[in-house]
Amino acid sequence: MNIYFFKLASFLYLFGTLAYLAYIIFLKEVLSKIAATIVTVGFASHTLAILTRYVEAGHTPVTDLYESLSFFAWMIIGILLIVNLKYKVKVLGAFLTPIALILVLFAFALPKGIFPLAPALKSFWHPLHVIFAFLGNALFTLTFCCGVMYLIQEHQLKSKRLGAIAKRLPPLNLLDDLGYQSLKFGFPLLTLGIITGAVWAEYAWGSYWNWDPKETWSLITWLLYAALLHQRLTVGWRGRKAAIMAIVGFLAALFTFLGVNLLLPGLHTYANWR
Amino acid sequence: MFWFNLSLNLIFCLIDMELLVVGLNHKTAPIEIRECLAFPEDKMEDALDKVHTLPSLKENMIVSTCNRVEVYAATRETERAVRDLKEFLSQYHSIPLKEFERSLYAHVGEEAVKHIFRVASSLDSMVLGEPQILGQIKEAYDFSQQVKTSGLILHRLLHRAFHVAKRVRTETKIVVGAISVSSVAVELAEKIFGALEKKTVLLIGAGEMCELAARHLVSGGAEKILVTNRTYDRAVSLAQEFKGEAIPFEDMGQGLKRVDIVISATDSPRYLIQHEQITKVMKDRRQKPIFFIDIADPRDIEPKVGDIENVYLYNIDDLQKVANENIKDREKEAQKAEAIVQEEMVKFVSWYRSLDVTPTIVALRKKFEEIRKKELEKTLSLHPDLSDRERKSLEALTSAIINKILHTPITLLKQTNEEGMADLYLDSLHALFGLSEKSLEIFLEKLEEGKEKEEPNLEDAL
Repeated sequence: MNIYFFKLASFLYLFGTLAYLAYIIFLKEVLSKIAATIVTVGFASHTLAILTRYVEAGHTPVTDLYESLSFFAWMIIGILLIVNLKYKVKVLGAFLTPIALILVLFAFALPKGIFPLAPALKSFWHPLHVIFAFLGNALFTLTFCCGVMYLIQEHQLKSKRLGAIAKRLPPLNLLDDLGYQSLKFGFPLLTLGIITGAVWAEYAWGSYWNWDPKETWSLITWLLYAALLHQRLTVGWRGRKAAIMAIVGFLAALFTFLGVNLLLPGLHTYANWR
Repeated sequence: MFWFNLSLNLIFCLIDMELLVVGLNHKTAPIEIRECLAFPEDKMEDALDKVHTLPSLKENMIVSTCNRVEVYAATRETERAVRDLKEFLSQYHSIPLKEFERSLYAHVGEEAVKHIFRVASSLDSMVLGEPQILGQIKEAYDFSQQVKTSGLILHRLLHRAFHVAKRVRTETKIVVGAISVSSVAVELAEKIFGALEKKTVLLIGAGEMCELAARHLVSGGAEKILVTNRTYDRAVSLAQEFKGEAIPFEDMGQGLKRVDIVISATDSPRYLIQHEQITKVMKDRRQKPIFFIDIADPRDIEPKVGDIENVYLYNIDDLQKVANENIKDREKEAQKAEAIVQEEMVKFVSWYRSLDVTPTIVALRKKFEEIRKKELEKTLSLHPDLSDRERKSLEALTSAIINKILHTPITLLKQTNEEGMADLYLDSLHALFGLSEKSLEIFLEKLEEGKEKEEPNLEDAL
């Protein structure tokens, strides 16, 4: 059952992405509304997919790579919908929806069966750890998108081109502000993710910190974001520098999530490829 | 009987009427002539009444703006009407005709339809795509309705014109993009800051250029205006106009720390604002973005200032370049708009032509239907024992026969574009089938019904 909802959600994200792309090409308000509607329905279906999987599997569905990717995509879309309510940044959907789409397509290619949990994952802390970490990462995805848009828009304005691209992107201040807001919420969540992870590691493996690649890379990511937040708060970093840093931080986060699992063997890998 | 006569008169008014526009605009006449011929708003009713007394005109409407003076009319004697209107313009304004006759244009029929569609869509405006003209035409139309000088034809024409204008505005990007230096500056500021509410503007120099740009920013939402000038008094007086604050010229550096937008237009021969100074200011501002608009010649702000992070510097040439590009975009969009106008013009003209043939079609159908009913009744009374089903079959059969017979001639009538041919067909039909004029009554009723349905909502169009 959960797979059907997931497939439906994937298709809707695909059409949502297409509608958003059509919107940024033709700039017709109707298209953005259509896109938002499709994505909202997709999100509802995705929510059902996760809920039914939770019921069918009997555990929070964040235990293997398929589930994680799906969960991550779900959170990104959720954040998109929340931001859409508060800010008028319609083009954001054209950035976030494709990212979610890539994640679900990736998940699509993976085995989707439900397997009994490995003993180490049977813990109260594990789902908490994953949910916090992913929420943080989903917010950083937003920070990243804002950073990319900021750099493009800033380049347009500095080089005095007010053409098709500048017309489609939101004002610089808004992008900077949205990037900062998402960072402010994302950072504590990532911190919580790492702390709950350490507690869980203590239960599962008997020590809080093992210096396995995933842990090392999360620490690197955490430090990067900590530096960015610090600079923003103290020196008043903003704009270009902050945008570049947000992009670097996101790349590190992405590597922590995917790169480490696929490239570097360690304690965390066991959960992912069955 | 009275109603019958009335409707006949009305129909004959409609048929053979030609649309007409006589007038001049910014392209054909200099401002001095346009001023002399303009109709002030308070004299509009009077002028409309006077035009209406001309016997050659059946419906009329006057559009008078600073860029055009035009009289739209429906007439059955085109040449005389054109002459009468020219005379009217000359007499009303007491200017000899020969002084402005060369500037006048007269468009008739299709050309007149096309003209008003273009005017309403702002394709004929001095500033392509400017939005005021549609409102001005609506006003002119309202006037003519109040004074009851416009009738069915102008009514329909104007509603189509509003519809065309709406299509042009939504289907093309002709109104998109700032095309004056000041409005480009506002657009840029919005691209940097988003909404301009709570933004502060510093004017360096108290000249006209500064004032104009500031006015645009204020109407764009900017909250506070600071003014600084070498002569402090002038700064004070300009600041008062904006309910702002004047600051001494020496304190400009302090001012730079608390404003978001700076407009500089002094005649200083050297740079007033330098790279080094702004680097420091940016530190004090904690990197809060600042937008410099340098409209002075020679420039007031060192170009290198624009390289500093979170500083955006545009000079007058940069702004002009953006404006020019937007104008080019509008011109491209205007071609799309012309296609829409053409399409709508064809639609309107075919509706207009159908006024000619519709009464005949209605009469023809009615005649056939009467014959069918009579003959059917006869047959049915001969066979009283027919079942309901059989009666219905007979009904259907006879209806099908007349529909099949009428299909070809009616289609032909509707599609005939050549006026001479249409007249020939109409005359032949009337003679061959002995059609009476009475059928016009029914046609009129239908027309009135149709009018209700077809009219686009005026509010929508605006």
